[in-house]
Amino acid sequence: MSNRLVNILVPVISVILGLLVGAIVMLVSGYDPVKGYTALWNGIFGDSYAIGETIRQITPYLLSGLAVAFAFRTGLFNIGVEGQLLVGWFAAAYVGVAFDLPMYIHLPFAIIAAAVAGGLWALVPGLLKAKLQVHEVIVTIMMNYIALHTTNVLIRAMSDGGENTGTIKETASLKSVFFESITDYSRLHYGIFIALAMVLVMWFILEKTTIGFELKAVGFNKNASEYAGMNVNKNIILSMVISGAFAGLAGAMEALGTFQYASVKGGFTGIGFDGIAVALLGANTPLGVVFGATLFGALKYGALNMPNAADIPVEIVSIVIAIIIFFVACGYVIRYFLEKKNKKKEAK
Amino acid sequence: MSKRKFGLGLSLVLAAGTILGACGTKEEGTTSKGSEGSSEAKDFSLAMVTDVGGVDDKSFNQLAWEGIEAFGKENGLAKGDGGYDYLQSASDADYITNLNSLVRRDFDVVYGIGFLMEKPIGTIADQQPDAQLAIVDGIVDKPNVASVMFKEQEGSFLAGVAAALMSESKQIGFVGGMEIPVIERFEAGFLEGVKAVDPSIKVDVQYTGKFDDAALGKTTANRMYSSGVDIIFHAAGGTGNGVFAEAKERKTKDANANVWVIGVDSDQYEEGAVGDTNITLTSMQKRVDIAVQTIAKEAMAGNFPGGKTVTYGLAEKGVQLADSRGAIPQDVLDQIEEYSKKIAAGEITVPETVE
Repeated sequence: MSNRLVNILVPVISVILGLLVGAIVMLVSGYDPVKGYTALWNGIFGDSYAIGETIRQITPYLLSGLAVAFAFRTGLFNIGVEGQLLVGWFAAAYVGVAFDLPMYIHLPFAIIAAAVAGGLWALVPGLLKAKLQVHEVIVTIMMNYIALHTTNVLIRAMSDGGENTGTIKETASLKSVFFESITDYSRLHYGIFIALAMVLVMWFILEKTTIGFELKAVGFNKNASEYAGMNVNKNIILSMVISGAFAGLAGAMEALGTFQYASVKGGFTGIGFDGIAVALLGANTPLGVVFGATLFGALKYGALNMPNAADIPVEIVSIVIAIIIFFVACGYVIRYFLEKKNKKKEAK
Repeated sequence: MSKRKFGLGLSLVLAAGTILGACGTKEEGTTSKGSEGSSEAKDFSLAMVTDVGGVDDKSFNQLAWEGIEAFGKENGLAKGDGGYDYLQSASDADYITNLNSLVRRDFDVVYGIGFLMEKPIGTIADQQPDAQLAIVDGIVDKPNVASVMFKEQEGSFLAGVAAALMSESKQIGFVGGMEIPVIERFEAGFLEGVKAVDPSIKVDVQYTGKFDDAALGKTTANRMYSSGVDIIFHAAGGTGNGVFAEAKERKTKDANANVWVIGVDSDQYEEGAVGDTNITLTSMQKRVDIAVQTIAKEAMAGNFPGGKTVTYGLAEKGVQLADSRGAIPQDVLDQIEEYSKKIAAGEITVPETVE
């Protein structure tokens, strides 16, 4: 079996397996899998509204996936995307509400504020890792909680004890009247272009610049990179900051696009944590993240339609979606079996 | 080589099978759905969207759903299209989608349950001017939205009176969910009620920041009971289930333990059963079910109260203390009743916020 064939077969088989096992789960719990998957399909592609909302859901996943993937390439595990996203969300909403500027200044200002906020939030674990060798996983996890409660307090302070920053000014909004008109009032916004542009930016930094080369080198082998004369500490900090900036932008998508405000939250959004899975599904490459985010976003959004159209309870739906993602993620197991079979045959 | 090709062929057939299978059944699915809809066509239908607490939160959302279910059964409606239904939200990004799905399924009235749904309802109201929407615990000033508010502070005042009169340790706890205006009304009324009886009683107020974290509710309750608190009033939805769990655990370990919980929204007596005893002192009932049904009835009669805000207080019997089933002695109940009359008559005004 040629390599190319394996590369095509693996994802196809894993999706089919995932769907099959998901169907079994639905059957066993007494629900119609055909109806369920039809609802899932219609939830994703059913009409222009669903397609618009699906793309809307994919947008922040793209950026959170990029954030995790970018840090990964430098050998850093950024679990703090969730927190960086929250501070980015607040920063964008704050700029969107508090300033009165013409659109061509206001919108970029709000977006950059989110990226800077996310970057600064990630700078802390970066610094601690580089200077004091504190493990970034622990620091970033804790920074998530700090971010959650700090932004909650800031939102309250901003709204005099309320739970909402209020709607951002039109001039800072990514809302698209055009998209609204073609997708029947879905919340699809121009942010998708920013997200896709960032995919290119990540690819460019990693593949076409010296900085990117150094970042990847540090990821492969810290000691060798240092021996080769690279400043490892600088690269660690830089990688975290860029990763945090991507995460902050994901927050900006929510603040300026989907929600148009920031509100006090009882818990995490989950977008940042799902970003880890998105990045891993995409093998930490920019293009891979696009596929990972598309799969994740589509399944997450489409799943909402399963209780709606097929009467399947949300708990079962979460299990089915998790199983599909699980099988896609463990594609390498399937690859392993395919290759093993291959070898046996060649031995004969 | 030929075997390999066979393998590929097989998987392709498999793949095609699933894809084509999906196509064929898709049509079936839609046609059967269509016929269902027409055979069950009734003249009135209603549906609700829960907040992240879910429909089985044993509290606010559940009560609203029970109200809708009861209304549906009363009027011979079936669950599903053209009857009554609900959708749960997994995150706050889902509110708009869920509301939209229900409006598209042509339900006559679509309810958003909870304060957090205020902005989404406003958005959908603008986009779908023909839809009839209702919001509970929030005010949306749109001609096609009916808003329902409760005077939680009045019922909570009575809960505070009950707690203050019943507490032996003179230490009382309050466990809140998120610090939003609704829950602050609970807190303010409760504190005021305690103060009215005995200003020296200390009330330990804790906000958990969540409505769906029973584990957090349990630790919070554990801390309170350990510090000497004997009665906890919770206004924390699903988080409050942890308060019940902690109290029940203590009662199971030591039958003489003096721990009580005051439930919220629905009559949570069932939650507090420990063997033959019960740790539920009473519940501050917020009759979301009645409010939901009232709007449904008005809408069915063609008088949907769009653009109006209806407020339910003690006088309207929208808030009340549940039957304590003997946990509270008659002389205490009499005192509570006295306060209740004064509030309903407007002699006592309970503040909405903590001063």
